Formats: sequence, structure tokens, C-alpha cells
Amino acid sequence: MLRNKIFTDPLMDNNPITRQVLGICSALAVTVKVELAVVMTLALTFVLTMSNTLVSIFRKQIPHNVRIIVQLIIIASLVVLADLMLKGFMYDVSKELSVFVALIITNCIVLGRADGFAMNNNVKDSFIDGFANSLGYGIILILVAIFREFLGSGTIYGISIFPESLYANGYIDNGLMLLAPGAFIVLGLIIWVQRTSTGFVEE
Amino acid sequence: MPEILEHYLSLAAKAIFIENILLAYFLGMCSFLGLSNKVETASGIGKAVIFVNTITVPLNWFIKNYLLDPGALTWTGISAFANVDLGFLTFIAFIATIAAAVQLVEMVIDRFSPSLYNQLGIFLPLIAVNCAILGSSIFMQQRDYTFFEAVVFASSSGFGFYLAILTMSTIRYKLRYSKIPNGLKGLGITMILTGLLAIAFLSFSGINL
Repeated sequence: MLRNKIFTDPLMDNNPITRQVLGICSALAVTVKVELAVVMTLALTFVLTMSNTLVSIFRKQIPHNVRIIVQLIIIASLVVLADLMLKGFMYDVSKELSVFVALIITNCIVLGRADGFAMNNNVKDSFIDGFANSLGYGIILILVAIFREFLGSGTIYGISIFPESLYANGYIDNGLMLLAPGAFIVLGLIIWVQRTSTGFVEE
Repeated sequence: MPEILEHYLSLAAKAIFIENILLAYFLGMCSFLGLSNKVETASGIGKAVIFVNTITVPLNWFIKNYLLDPGALTWTGISAFANVDLGFLTFIAFIATIAAAVQLVEMVIDRFSPSLYNQLGIFLPLIAVNCAILGSSIFMQQRDYTFFEAVVFASSSGFGFYLAILTMSTIRYKLRYSKIPNGLKGLGITMILTGLLAIAFLSFSGINL
């Protein structure tokens, strides 16, 4: 496959969230604020790029029968590193992300790419694939977060968008956006827009 | 005695309805979206989640309390271990336990109950990487449950997942005869429906237990 295609595919046409249906859990849970979504994207980029590279390096040594467990251990070790780094340098954010950093371990994107791509491809391609998929994931994540934070708290990345006078005149933030249903519906609508623009139809 | 029973009941009701692991914490979405096409598969994976959850969470409880927590190794009697804190190994230990337990359960069921194996067999490997399973174990660790609380929490959060996926599969069954815009078919409409389902479950949150 062309290098370019490995990089551009996951961004739009083969986006991990809207098309491959991978990694939805965290996409929904950490999108209350844009800041959380950005940090989560960084953590996932680290884990996915590294795990794809490592799995690809060891792909000839990993026995087929126990490959899932080996991959899981590699991923889990990387997640522990990411988690400790977050706790060390951004304690408040890591508190808010709570279990969802740990759940990168079972984030289907990571295992899906490790098993589906890195096991059969060389190190360089796997690295690019991991990075591109994290970016594709991040784009959707941040998009959902922008909508939810904007409609739910009237801010984007913590900066107020609406003037005070609007609230004084009776505007109220939509609290539903901050709860679980808001996440599901916003993501559903984004998937609709994305699929209409790429022309993909699911049977 | 009644107070204890009440405590467990409220814990169960909370895990099933108010803080449904799927609709409030988004855990287990991948299998929820992928396997809610048919009622039979949905009920199969739902049962498998209840089963595996009820086994792995208590197992991880033992690992946490007798291996990982600060001072957890005092039972060995070796004084050098008394102050060891292996907390940083939590995720690795939990996921390794889950993967191993799932494999073991699969082998045991295959040997002793072929009919159950036919029902759950193909779902068990998938479950090792289901976030709901690892998520329940991590919640158990964060909330510091006692052993019996952990058992109750595990089975009822598994049941919450079962309830949600079964509901969704029946809704999607009905959906086959509806006209849906092309871009919204499949994943899109499922997400929006899950949103509506989550709104319905929000109505439980007013209940005080």
C-alpha cells in the first residue's frame, strides 16, 4: 500500500471511530471538555504509535496462539507509562479522566490496529498507521468535545463564548449535552455528516 | 441483617439502573454496537458478560487485596515485603488476570458443558478485551469494595449491560422496516437510539436509595 494512503486513509475515509467503529467508549466519555479530549488524544497517540511499532518489531517472534495476550501486555505496559506521566505532570486532568486512561488498554483501536495491521506490516508502515489512526481518532474526539462544551457549558477550551448579557436575558446552557445522552446524539449526528460526505452506506 | 441486605440491594439497583455501565459510563460500546444486530447474539454476549464479570471482578479483588495494595503482602510473613506497594502494576495485573481467566473459563465450559459452550463459546475471546469487564474491575479498585460488595457489583453491572444490549437489539430488529437516510444507516442511527435509551435510563437517577 502507498505510504501516503496509509497516512490519509484513517483521517477521513477509513476513520477509526466513524467507519471502523473502534474506540467508541472513550470517545464518548472524555468529550465533556475540549481540554480532556486533547489530553486523551495525546495519551492515545503515545500508546497507539508505540504499541504499533513494538508489536511490529516483535511480530515474527510472537507465537500466533498467544498473540492477543502478548499484545495486551505490551499495550498495558505503555498505558501504565502514560497514566503515570499524566499523574505526574497533569494531576487535575488525570483525576477527571479517571478510569478512561486505564481503559485505553481495552480500547479497540489499539488492539485492532496491533492485531490487524502491525502484525502483518513492517515497522515504518506500522508507525505511520498508528500515528494516523490516533489523529483520525483525535479529530472526531475534539469535534464532539467542541460541540458538547459549547452547547453544554457555553465555553470552548475553558473560554466563555457567550457575552454575559445573553445569560442575563434568559439563555440557559443545555445541561443534557454534559450527560451521557448528549454524547451519543452528538456523535451520531457527526457520523451522519461524515458518512454523507464520504458517501459510505452501511447495509 | 436486613440493613446489610438493603445495602446490597441498593448497590445492585444502582449498578443496573442508575449508573448503568453502558449507558452512563460508556463501557463496552464496541461489542454493544457490533453485536446488537440480532437478539440471539445480543443475549449470548450479554450472558457471557455477566458470567465473566462475576468471575473476574472477585478474582481481581483477591489480587488487589493480597498482592497490590500497600501492605498487602504482609500475609507472606516476610518483613521486607510489609511496606511494598505494587499499585503501579494494577492495570497489567488486572488485564492479565482477565485474559487468563477468560481462556480458562472457555476451556472448562468446553469440557463440562457443551451446550453452554455452544451458547457462549464464540463470545468469550471477544470479552477479554471488552472495556466493561476491565472497567468493572477498576471501579471495584477505585471504590474500595469489600469482597461481597464486589461480587454483587460485578454481577449486577453485568446484568445492566445485558439489559441494555438486549433492549437495543430488539429496537434494531424493529428498525429494519423503517426508512432511514443513507448516511445514518447502521452506526449513526444506533448512536442516536442509544442516546434516547440513555435519556430513558436517566429517569432512574431521581431515585434515592
